[in-house]
Amino acid sequence: MKPFDTVTSVAAWIDEDAIDTDIIFPARFLLLLDKEGLGKHAFHERRNDPRQSTPFILDRPPYDKAEILVAAQDFGTGSSREQAVWALADFGLRCVIAESFGEIFFANCFKNGVLPVRLSPDDIAVVREAAQREELVTIDLPTQEVRLASGVVIGFEIEPYRKDALLNGLDEIGSIQRDDGADIAAFEEKQKRRAPWLYYSEEQLAHFNDLGEEILGEPTGKSG
Amino acid sequence: MTDKTEPQTLYEKVWADHVVKTYDNGTDLLYVDRHLVQEVSSPQAFKGLKQAGRPMHRPDAHISVADHAVPTQGRGHPLREGLAASQVARLYENAREYGVPYIPMQDRRHGIVHVIGPELAFTLPGVVLVCGDSHTCTHGAFGAIAFGIGASECECVFATQVLRQQRQKTMRIRLEGVRPEGVEVKDMILAVIAEIGIGGGVGHAIEYAGSAVRDLSMEQRMTLCNMSIEAGSRIGMVAPDEKTFAYLEGRPLAPKGADWEAALDYWRSLPSDPDAVFDREVVIDVSTLSPFVSWGTTPEECAPIAGTVPDPSDVEDEGRRARMQRSVEYMGLTPGMALSDLTVDRVFIGSCTNGRIEDLRQAAEVVAGRKVSPGIDAMVVPGSAAVRAQAESEGLDKIFVEAGFSWRASGCSMCVGMNDDRLTPGQRCASTSNRNFEGRQGIGGRTHLMSPPMAAAAAIAGHLVDVRSLKKGAVE
Repeated sequence: MKPFDTVTSVAAWIDEDAIDTDIIFPARFLLLLDKEGLGKHAFHERRNDPRQSTPFILDRPPYDKAEILVAAQDFGTGSSREQAVWALADFGLRCVIAESFGEIFFANCFKNGVLPVRLSPDDIAVVREAAQREELVTIDLPTQEVRLASGVVIGFEIEPYRKDALLNGLDEIGSIQRDDGADIAAFEEKQKRRAPWLYYSEEQLAHFNDLGEEILGEPTGKSG
Repeated sequence: MTDKTEPQTLYEKVWADHVVKTYDNGTDLLYVDRHLVQEVSSPQAFKGLKQAGRPMHRPDAHISVADHAVPTQGRGHPLREGLAASQVARLYENAREYGVPYIPMQDRRHGIVHVIGPELAFTLPGVVLVCGDSHTCTHGAFGAIAFGIGASECECVFATQVLRQQRQKTMRIRLEGVRPEGVEVKDMILAVIAEIGIGGGVGHAIEYAGSAVRDLSMEQRMTLCNMSIEAGSRIGMVAPDEKTFAYLEGRPLAPKGADWEAALDYWRSLPSDPDAVFDREVVIDVSTLSPFVSWGTTPEECAPIAGTVPDPSDVEDEGRRARMQRSVEYMGLTPGMALSDLTVDRVFIGSCTNGRIEDLRQAAEVVAGRKVSPGIDAMVVPGSAAVRAQAESEGLDKIFVEAGFSWRASGCSMCVGMNDDRLTPGQRCASTSNRNFEGRQGIGGRTHLMSPPMAAAAAIAGHLVDVRSLKKGAVE
């Protein structure tokens, strides 16, 4: 994962609550099998809305090069689709600022080197105004600050473990396997003794012995 | 097993029993007992596993099934060549490669992950269950900690069977009183979301309690827990009780014999201690509720069916007003218009929220002897093959078909616009699903969420309507 340190860029903004992950990444693109190259589908319907008189903000210079997005309340609610984060990251966004986030989206950001920053409505208004003036905004993760060209500095909170993971571009799975493998094995041994029903018997697993094959080739059977 | 010295909530007990270790920074390494795998959130996770050359830690802790992308008709034939077919094929290949059980589309056990997990008793009280799907909170109905995760976390569970997590705060939502006639559990959860808002549950694990919850069947509890994520919480739980145990006993993956007895002892220790303290408490009197419908594009934008479309200009907060204005425009509404004046083009009865047998029985009761209003395209999509078979054994399929509904095979169907069942731009749909987001059921589609009887009534009346007036035969 790409480490996150500081990012300085113009900031795009969306002044609208409840931008859910269906808006960020419409469901039909979920059929794609890879996580790369999804940026072109980000906000697809908003970017292709025939009713809009000006292009969507992410298609408008200088915001088309923005690495920071300033949103409002409840950003990334709804579906757990990590595609929403992959698409934003592929588009070039490294940081999303909002009053609040959907929880799963929030967690997904950290797996992909994207920093979600929670700020108060008043602070967001200040950052948004800077964004509208096309000023550079700096997100400094080590010092936990948002710095504006006007000299305004806004601090933000982040859980220490999440900060570490982003700063180091941590491979979480590798880290768990390396550092926690013995603990996991010990837990499983203990759990098998105290809650043996959580581990399937041969008889239970036999329930799946007659699972057939998926129909992928020639037509068979009747329609249903 | 749990620390008895301090009163604990249900959530805290199950959590404590799954902590592998606690790190210095206060996060926990949480053991995952069960993982449901579907086609949308797994291909990238399997790919990551493969690229890193990592084996799967415990193949028997997973079950895989394709539910989102599959068509609900023409089953038994290969899928039409295209992205959906590739996605289903990819899941099948991955499951075979890693030794994970895969339930084919034609199988009697097929269905939406959140419907078949409980049917198989893959879901049990006191387990930690995850799935790359936000509606995994459904399984909390059994007293499990069940939550949706992203694909990266799916990969982590494949490789390690654990997740690094921070324990949530707790929120108890007490639903008290007796539901009036015509008020369903869907109305209860829509009322909860309207009360606390779509972000109200963020950071909290919800436990639903109170007399109106104890009275619910397991299927109804699943509907309740299912939409916890719509209130911002990844987790919604109900304490296990005798109904829970009766539902599970004898199902294929339920514990047997001495294991069953031992499990029962443990499960009976799980309900929150009487003096346990929750970080937040909410109380809702369900006796004051009436049938709800959503009018906007977030699940909190809903109102009693007797209500009207609100006026955004009445809202002070700028972001909220902009959002509401957009909702009203997107939904093609005029502030002040009666919700019951909204005519519908489509009706969808199904989904992991309301695609179970009790939902279908309720809808069939409204539909019996009546006809779908001319010009309306209405369909019933059982949540699983088992639900479909049960409904057919009760003759429900005939009731629906005679009324003019299309009777489909199991899948997510029109809850999510990524299979063949979709709205076209501008179409208005009475839907028993869980999300009324822009484009959720198809580009430009307009979704109104409601209970199965209310959706059935809308199909008959041709417009949104209070099912109670339809039952009296008073509706044109």
